[in-house]
Amino acid sequence: MTNPTYTAIFYLFAAITVLSAAFVVFSRNIIYSAFSLLFTFFGIAALYVFLSADFIAVTQVVVYVGGILVLLLFGVMFTNKVMTTDLKADVLNVVPGALLLLGTLAGLLYTFYTTNGWMPSETMLEGSVVERIGFETMSRFVLPFEMASILLLAALIGAAFLARYDAKGGRGNSEQ
Amino acid sequence: MSFNALPQSSMPLLMGNSLNAWSDALTGFAPMGLPLGLLVIAAIPLVFIALYALTYGVYGERKISAFMQDRLGPMEVGKWGILQTLADILKLLQKEDIVPTSADKFLFVIGPGVLFVGSFLAFAVLPFGPAFIGANLNVGLFYAIGIVALEVVGILAAGWGSNNKWALYGAVRSVAQIVSYEIPAAIALLCGAMMAGTLDMQEINVLQSGTWGFAHFFLFQSPIAWLPFLIYFIASLAETNRAPFDIPEAESELVAGYFTEYSGMKFAVIFLAEYGSMFMVSAIISIVFLGGWNSPLPNIGPLALNDMTTGPVWGAFWIIMKGFFFIFVQMWLRWTLPRLRVDQLMYLCWKVLTPFAFLSFVLTAIWMIYVP
Repeated sequence: MTNPTYTAIFYLFAAITVLSAAFVVFSRNIIYSAFSLLFTFFGIAALYVFLSADFIAVTQVVVYVGGILVLLLFGVMFTNKVMTTDLKADVLNVVPGALLLLGTLAGLLYTFYTTNGWMPSETMLEGSVVERIGFETMSRFVLPFEMASILLLAALIGAAFLARYDAKGGRGNSEQ
Repeated sequence: MSFNALPQSSMPLLMGNSLNAWSDALTGFAPMGLPLGLLVIAAIPLVFIALYALTYGVYGERKISAFMQDRLGPMEVGKWGILQTLADILKLLQKEDIVPTSADKFLFVIGPGVLFVGSFLAFAVLPFGPAFIGANLNVGLFYAIGIVALEVVGILAAGWGSNNKWALYGAVRSVAQIVSYEIPAAIALLCGAMMAGTLDMQEINVLQSGTWGFAHFFLFQSPIAWLPFLIYFIASLAETNRAPFDIPEAESELVAGYFTEYSGMKFAVIFLAEYGSMFMVSAIISIVFLGGWNSPLPNIGPLALNDMTTGPVWGAFWIIMKGFFFIFVQMWLRWTLPRLRVDQLMYLCWKVLTPFAFLSFVLTAIWMIYVP
């Protein structure tokens, strides 16, 4: 990755990610924040590609852009008075916020410098990583995998229960 | 798995005869350190989409619809109306670029752009013949069905930005439909991926090549493959908002759906995106189930039809022809079937296609394990 073109592309995507993430936080229009999140997720997917993790990158796009962002946009669009409400994007609680930020940053840097083995290995990743992810999921990590599936099933049943019509024909429990 | 059986005679451009020879050669083409070759690789599908949308997409669709309704279609501009699309493009270019006063300017402008980028990005992993593919990812198929998510966001941006109730209704319907039909479509493609044992688009094609032509295609390799093939075809109609699933742009109810407010070049970009994704889904179904760039003709004894029709140029010909065939079927269905209601649409997705997709998934797994 010493090619100057790759470096330029890397910094381009890094800038897209950081700037759009900043826009998500500082924008006063919640629709713009939600759409800006698209570029953040996309930039992060591109950064995964730079780490040779193309499967993770595509999963990032599928899960976050295809699932979460669309859900978020639907939620925002179906909310009444979304354009008239005044959003608070002011800086509040400066001192605790700065302390929290410095603490997180210090923790991350400490972990980064004290953990060994960050250097890229001599051999590049060869072949498809999908099979290995499949094997690991179904062997070593089968319990977390099954637990996640039970959680999702429970969420699915709950959503179906909330959204269904009552026997009387009226809107059921979801009425607010 | 060696693949060096491309006959030299069918290659007018002698750029080697291994897999991806042309795109690899283009990648290396970097005069003065500028990666011009990469730009050329990206430009080839773009030019292809533009040309095909102009000729076969717009003109072909109008002619096909006319013939199905016992009309003549465009006949005035040029012989048989061949230049009609060029006249339309000139008209679109001249049109004033109108942004409605009450529209959200930013979202209104980026909507068609995001939509087109979403449909165009999938072309990066479509192999145009054995020698050309934009990016030979080992998760190519997953990428191609995942990147459609970007299109969804573009539709929402266009629908919301128009600040028009028809546009918003169209956008919400369209997104609900695309997100729902992604599930049966993805599971159906997973059956194909299971038969191949890989997600690499070129590898899937290579696995379906052989001297028996069409008999090596996954559709004819297992009796169950017909089910995911049909499920993916139906779901792909819904994903591209084509009839009978065109409730997002139902003319009689919603004017034109999410692109009601668009005119001029922005309208043209939305149309290019639609034709781009039509070819994209047609190419994916051809690659996964019908051998992609492999010739369907078998070798019959001494008459080596398969060998004669294999090669980089023939490969491009076959995949484009297979794609065009499925686009023709899409147009055919559009002028044959009436539009579904919203509840029928959701019924078909969740109660018919999804259970059958799961069933075909399990059956394909059993077939792959127990039948050698």
